[in-house]
Amino acid sequence: MSDTGIVASSADLAVLERLRAGDETTFMMLVQEHQAAMLRIAQMYVSSRAVAEECVQEAWLGIVKGLDAFEGRSSLRTWMYRIVANIARTRGRREGRSIPFSALSGDDDEPAVDADWFRATTDQFPGGWRSFPDNWRGIPAERLLAEETLETIGRAIEALPPLQGEVIRMRDVLGWTSGEVRNALDLSETNQRVLLHRARSRVRRELDAYLMEERDER
Amino acid sequence: MSDRALTCQDVVDIITDYLENALSPDDRRRVEEHLALCDGCTTYLEQMRETIRLTGMLTQEQIPQEQRQQLLEAFRAWTA
Repeated sequence: MSDTGIVASSADLAVLERLRAGDETTFMMLVQEHQAAMLRIAQMYVSSRAVAEECVQEAWLGIVKGLDAFEGRSSLRTWMYRIVANIARTRGRREGRSIPFSALSGDDDEPAVDADWFRATTDQFPGGWRSFPDNWRGIPAERLLAEETLETIGRAIEALPPLQGEVIRMRDVLGWTSGEVRNALDLSETNQRVLLHRARSRVRRELDAYLMEERDER
Repeated sequence: MSDRALTCQDVVDIITDYLENALSPDDRRRVEEHLALCDGCTTYLEQMRETIRLTGMLTQEQIPQEQRQQLLEAFRAWTA
């Protein structure tokens, strides 16, 4: 039993039942939903995109074959992601690759907000804002939701270290709970939160830079 | 965290812990007291919430047709 207390939902069980009955549409929906993320997870551990694709293919076979044995002790998607991660880790080890956690998580000391934004320790108000962050409230909704804004976010996520990218995708793009993300990616509660913090802080920074640049042009 | 008052820089560092409800009741109260008095950090928190909301508007990538076909065949073979 996982320590996160997550079990398969009734929706998961319904999906399982349809899969076990051989429902192709359900299976292809599952593929559509998870293929890209599974590929990224595999790529964290192996040397090339081609090998990662093989791992994912192998994982899908394992998932299909394992459907009858799946006991619903985790959500369906965390169970699936653990399968692909295990296959890719084993494959990576066989390739003689051992990737330090820091390489995946971006173990840097980059602050959430650049220190330049804050008053120096010698100031009367050390650690206070030098000038306040810009208010986004005045930005029209159509600008915030414009394709270009969302692309800016997408690019910021692409540029993150792999684990940070995966955590923010699962949490904020896909809306998973922290427990599911921890379970799927084998992270401690603290690690999950630190990765999420770094990822969100970076995306906010990029977004702010983009929105303010737009504003300056006007 | 020490007992001294939180600086803006502290608040920015623990904003995710705050949003994730991972702070002790005491620290949570200190953050809220700071926010009540600080427009800069309130704006920062709003930016963070807006970032999360907009990130939620991203859609998933499509997968190539060829891969879909291979997987569908594997599924058919299993259920056959």
